[in-house]
Amino acid sequence: MAEKMALAKAINESLRRALEADPKVLVMGEDVGKLGGVFRVTDGLQKDFGDSRVIDTPLAESGIVGTAIGLALRGYRPVVEIQFDGFVFPAYDQIVTQLAKMHARSLGKVKMPVVVRIPYGGGIGAVEHHSESPEALFAHVAGLKIVSPSNASDAYWMMQQAIQSDDPVIYFEPKRRYWDKAEVDTEAIPAPLHRAQVVREGTDLTLAAYGPMVKLCQEAAAAAAEEGKSLEVLDLRSVSPLDFDSVQASVEKTRRLVVVHEAPVFFGSGAEIAARITERCFYHLEAPVLRVGGYHAPYPPARLEESYLPDLDRVLDAVDRSLAY
Amino acid sequence: MTVESTAARTSRRSAGSKAGTSGTKAAGTTGTKGTTRTTARKAAAAKGAEPGLVQLLTPEGKRVKNAEYDKYVSGITADDLRGLYRDMVLTRRFDAEATALQRQGELGLWASLLGQEAAQIGSGRALRDDDYVFPTYREHGVAWCRGVDPTNLLGMFRGVNNGGWDPNGNNFHLYTIVIGSQTLHATGYAMGVAKDGADSAVIAYFGDGASSQGDVAESFTFSAVYNAPVVFFCQNNQWAISEPTEKQTRVPLYQRAQGYGFPGVRVDGNDVLATLAVTRWALERARAGEGPTLVEAYTYRMGAHTTSDDPTRYRHDDERAAWEAKDPLLRLRRHLEAAHHADEGFFAELEAESETLGKRVREAVRAMPDPDHFAIFENVYADGHALVDEERAQFAAYQASFADAEGV
Ligand SMILES: Cc1ncc(C[n+]2csc(CCOP(=O)(O)OP(=O)(O)O)c2C)c(N)n1
Repeated sequence: MAEKMALAKAINESLRRALEADPKVLVMGEDVGKLGGVFRVTDGLQKDFGDSRVIDTPLAESGIVGTAIGLALRGYRPVVEIQFDGFVFPAYDQIVTQLAKMHARSLGKVKMPVVVRIPYGGGIGAVEHHSESPEALFAHVAGLKIVSPSNASDAYWMMQQAIQSDDPVIYFEPKRRYWDKAEVDTEAIPAPLHRAQVVREGTDLTLAAYGPMVKLCQEAAAAAAEEGKSLEVLDLRSVSPLDFDSVQASVEKTRRLVVVHEAPVFFGSGAEIAARITERCFYHLEAPVLRVGGYHAPYPPARLEESYLPDLDRVLDAVDRSLAY
Repeated sequence: MTVESTAARTSRRSAGSKAGTSGTKAAGTTGTKGTTRTTARKAAAAKGAEPGLVQLLTPEGKRVKNAEYDKYVSGITADDLRGLYRDMVLTRRFDAEATALQRQGELGLWASLLGQEAAQIGSGRALRDDDYVFPTYREHGVAWCRGVDPTNLLGMFRGVNNGGWDPNGNNFHLYTIVIGSQTLHATGYAMGVAKDGADSAVIAYFGDGASSQGDVAESFTFSAVYNAPVVFFCQNNQWAISEPTEKQTRVPLYQRAQGYGFPGVRVDGNDVLATLAVTRWALERARAGEGPTLVEAYTYRMGAHTTSDDPTRYRHDDERAAWEAKDPLLRLRRHLEAAHHADEGFFAELEAESETLGKRVREAVRAMPDPDHFAIFENVYADGHALVDEERAQFAAYQASFADAEGV
């Protein structure tokens, strides 16, 4: 059944389906019950599944993730919500020192099917700690899987897959795309969770992005097309594991790569992609891999975020620089 | 009913009776189902003062005696009372103006203090200049008492900065958005005060929701262990966004202190006089080297959590109505009038002063310039950093390329 829905609604529908299908699935977090979350992603779920399955937690992120670990040890599959990106850090200890390592420490005896949902990224004019992109901080940690859908359909299916995964999945939700609508086919056969997808074919250069930046890259490709440039857009979808094969295939075709993310460029996921693709495609590349992203500065106040965030001009500027080699 | 919640109910019942907390809301209300209990407790709380709650002014504005705390406000004059009233009125006016400015698109967000004026003015006016305040993000009334220009508070809500004032200018630290963090900073600062042999005190503000954070528990531990001169001032406004206090704790919050080894007291947070008295007591303890105190100001958030919140989704209007009857401003006004401490002229003058403040705030916000784009790269480090310099230069060149393209 295909239906047009907003990205936030798609996650809501996906959670609903998971709660229906498996009594072990739980939804937990601050304000996820009656309020339906500050973005209404969990709207109506507590009403329909009760407060023992859709749980308003105390205001304590370490507690939320720590207890989710315990629930997972007991056979549950918690999907926890961190209200905003900047508030995941009280839980960072539990995520990094416990959640990520439990499977390895138990010699594979213990599974950690925990999903940590984090609305992330900027562009909504919020106050500080509400606009950050900390994915690289998690990707650096072995044992965690990191994904970020860019559209409603992926949001729906990737959530299903994340919940079914026996590994902890950090599910970064592009909050500025929550209200973007797309067709969601709830009976489709989805692409594998960690497979990148070509969302626009091109021959001159590859733009690789995930989450909120995919749409921007599509717009950039459309703008470039008017100038006669053919850009391929790759939606990476998963940051860890990262589908380097798909990136490589695209780069072998286009010979140029620009990686776009909101997070600071320095030590960001673009750095990893640039390094690996340089190793894999050294003789195919016509230009160094370029990165477009945030600066080495705290996320600025709302009135400056337009200067801070990658925009159409900055992506096209990088495209021009790459093509100029 | 899950195993966990049954256990919690049992332990709560025994905690209530063991501690002999006859006046607490928890005692005597066990055994009923969660929702019924919550409703009953809310109704009881809304009705008026309960035993265990320090109150000096009733909602009707009647002064009631309190053997323990009267002495902390014994010297208070009619002038002082009018001053407290003025603080509350102007703070409320400022807050209303900020809410309106948000609606008009001048601010991106606003966290209103409506209903919490007495808790903030009472505690704020108990402070000495050399005391140090660690607020959360709603302490506009405390900022007022510290002499922070209210327009400075609006910068971060307008989105032009992430702070807006020099914390050391008025010993009023920057607003902290990450819940609970500042309680540890306050504790550390207080440890420093003690090391220096100074007799100033430190006060940390936080909410009932924040009381669940590990940082807050750790600040209790540290302050107790190091006997730090810090007052933990919890404004229990009954809600943490959509979650009632019951979702954070099963014992009254002020009782938490006991387990850490320092005193806790619950004060009527809508009673400015009682709040003043209790905070003075706690600050004096700190100054005298007696260590931390937890003050729970029992109050109510009359508005939304912030301007992006919709409280109709989770709470009933009748709850607010019940609390409106306990309005902190109304109660002091009634007292002033009954005691003939203030005449019509005073109230009229104050009204005019409020209007002037509102106008000043409105004009200041509208005139507030957007920051220069290069501000992104300012103050990232105190010593400078090569990468920031490089990125700033790239940014400048990039900006200049637009100017070139436009032939400027
Ligand atoms: C660590 C952290 N988690 C979540 C949030 C989002 N948040 C902002 S305010 C708030 C509720 C705070 O409630 P309380 O501590 O009672 O203070 P109040 O706002 O009621 O004054 C929440 C959940 C946050 N700011 N920081």
